[in-house]
Amino acid sequence: MKHVVSISDLSKKQILSILKRAKELVPVAKGKKKSKSLDGKILATCFFEPSTRTRLSFETAMQRLGGTCIGFADPSATSHLKGETLVDGIRMVAGYADAVLLRHPQEGSARLASENSEVPLINGGDGAGQHPTQTLLDLFTINEEMGKMEGLNVGMLGDLRYGRTVHSLSHALAKFNNKLSFISPDSLSMPSYVTDDLSCDWSSHNSIEDVLNDLDILYVTRIQKERFPDLEEYKKVASAYIIDSDLLKNAKSSMRILHPLPRVTEISTDVDDTKHAAYFRQAFNGVPVRMALLEQLIGGKK
Amino acid sequence: MSDNLMRVQPIRNGTVLDHIKAGRGRKVLDALDLIDKGTTITLLMHVPSKKNSSKDVIKIEDRELSESESQKLALLSPGAHVNIIRNFVVAEKNVAELPESISNVAICSNDNCISNNERGAKTKFNIINGNPLSIQCVYCGRKIAQDNIIFI
Repeated sequence: MKHVVSISDLSKKQILSILKRAKELVPVAKGKKKSKSLDGKILATCFFEPSTRTRLSFETAMQRLGGTCIGFADPSATSHLKGETLVDGIRMVAGYADAVLLRHPQEGSARLASENSEVPLINGGDGAGQHPTQTLLDLFTINEEMGKMEGLNVGMLGDLRYGRTVHSLSHALAKFNNKLSFISPDSLSMPSYVTDDLSCDWSSHNSIEDVLNDLDILYVTRIQKERFPDLEEYKKVASAYIIDSDLLKNAKSSMRILHPLPRVTEISTDVDDTKHAAYFRQAFNGVPVRMALLEQLIGGKK
Repeated sequence: MSDNLMRVQPIRNGTVLDHIKAGRGRKVLDALDLIDKGTTITLLMHVPSKKNSSKDVIKIEDRELSESESQKLALLSPGAHVNIIRNFVVAEKNVAELPESISNVAICSNDNCISNNERGAKTKFNIINGNPLSIQCVYCGRKIAQDNIIFI
């Protein structure tokens, strides 16, 4: 494993090894144990597009392991504005650091960057494309919450058409033989280029009530206003896919809700205090998972 | 040289593209961007053929096909023959085999793909299916069906 551009770059074995190491690193991620496994190592974080969770959790992961970060959170402060190409920028940064984390608004940017980087390149999100570390932390969370990540019935709700997290996660969950239920309005349904490649059982639904009581995991994504030309239509659709504690009375008591965050109104705040809410633990899990990945990529303690 | 290649007078030097899928010749000409280049070109369509029931043939004078042009031909009509003619004789004979991937032959239909936005970037596609043709951008992952492929 040199670069991590897409979750499909990782074999099942590599995924399991990262998740196993992430579990061991939880006390370090929480600051209860010290580690120096990345002592002296430098991660360059290049954000050509804003991000909060991805950037902060990678910076925390690096620092908890004794490493440091350089980089930028906003391209306006870089030569990018002077017309520098991505490839030139990456070649330069790769000379300054032991690994490069890239977030970029255009699809395929991470693949192009990886072809021109001498050090491991991690895709932190390329436009509507891939975001493999999000998928790893989603898998880790499912495994932590359910004690397994095989043979589960996983529901995905909301914007399945444009949501990159649900595309990558579907592929990964299919590898581990889960059953997928896609719940969305027709206009935001899971694209066929995703479902065509799924090797597991899956079904599509318009209504959450149709499948809720069978689900082990409900993965909720935000329906974005900008996807709708008409505000009225947006309000109508968005309100039909709101999860609140009332609705959850029909769910299995072991059912867990995940969300890549930020959430707006799709999960009502009264769900936060129920046993179903796993999304804040999920956000924390980004730290140990990214620690494990960084260790494997830039040679810390195995 | 077979009778079919004699239908129009033989060429001294150049390339004869033979066994092009019947009806596909015009697309091949467009993709190879040979029109308006001042090259003498003969396009024969629906020529009776022993191998298939009919075929298209293109004769290009005083010009040998480049590697990327052969790739375009292979995409549009896998199995077509490329005959390089030198002094009225077939000097080289190749079959345009469908490659596993193509570089700088087509452009990605995703406007937000990095290959359409980065100065100097080359496009790259993997061939995921030969018939019907379907290619996938190595960068953004977009799959493009034959009718939607835009050649460079």
